[in-house]
Amino acid sequence: MKISDLTNSLGLEVICGQQGLTNEIRGCYVSDLLSDVMGTAREGDIWITLQTHQNIIAVASLKDLAGIILVKGLVPETETVEKSNSSGIPVLSTSLDTFTIAGKMYELLKKE
Amino acid sequence: MQFRHKIAGGDFAKAGNAAISVKKVLSQLNINHTIAKKIVIALYEGEVNVVAHAWSGIVDVEIDENQIRILITDKGPGIEDIEQAMKEGYSTASPQVREMGFGAGLGLSNMRKNSDFMNITSIPGEGTVVELINNFRPDAG
Ligand SMILES: Nc1ncnc2c1ncn2[C@@H]1O[C@H](COP(=O)(O)OP(=O)(O)OP(=O)(O)O)[C@@H](O)[C@H]1O
Ligand SMILES: [Mg+2]
Repeated sequence: MKISDLTNSLGLEVICGQQGLTNEIRGCYVSDLLSDVMGTAREGDIWITLQTHQNIIAVASLKDLAGIILVKGLVPETETVEKSNSSGIPVLSTSLDTFTIAGKMYELLKKE
Repeated sequence: MQFRHKIAGGDFAKAGNAAISVKKVLSQLNINHTIAKKIVIALYEGEVNVVAHAWSGIVDVEIDENQIRILITDKGPGIEDIEQAMKEGYSTASPQVREMGFGAGLGLSNMRKNSDFMNITSIPGEGTVVELINNFRPDAG
């Protein structure tokens, strides 16, 4: 499944990092603690978080994550948008809360 | 091959830049992806620790055909009790730093898990030196 497939099935808004929409999703990780993501997320995971600052892009690109979903309608900071576009890490947004979007993601990935 | 990166304490905008540049170099050198990823995680955590906890720092990277050796030297408050600092969950991060999602107290433990060799020396009130070594061939020393 690619990120672009998610945008339709989960109604996500693509905010930036469009070049990465073809990234393949292998799994999902949910955390708001950056060093927890550094230690535990796996390559190709999509990362669900409420953190919006630019360090999330460094973490995602160092870990080769597929992309980032911001919850509850949060929007990335300006620097985050710039870094997302330059590194090709797509940032998507949902109006849903973490529990709900993670549940939907689980159902989707289970079918794979 | 040798290169150096400067880190400014408190500058979260640039946190991760040393790790990103080392990641690029290792990929150009065709270093095994799994091995490269580990050293990059360890370096990132060391770099963020300088940004979050110290005043300024230098990352020295040395790469030869067998290994990568990284020395992160900072001027800062130092670490009084290294054993305690290594414990998962222990953190002295400020509330502002925690709000950004740092300060879980997992960084040093990530560094240990993702390096073949790690040594910390610190002088309270002066600074900290973290040495990290990763071998490129899994069977090497
Ligand atoms: N370079 C350093 N200078 C001074 N103190 C440090 C340094 N690195 C680590 N420490 C101390 O060790 C503690 C634990 O570090 P560790 O990296 O494990 O967690 P953290 O940085 O607090 O949170 P996290 O890394 O999970 O975001 C820090 O809170 C700090 O007190
Ligand atoms: Mg840390």
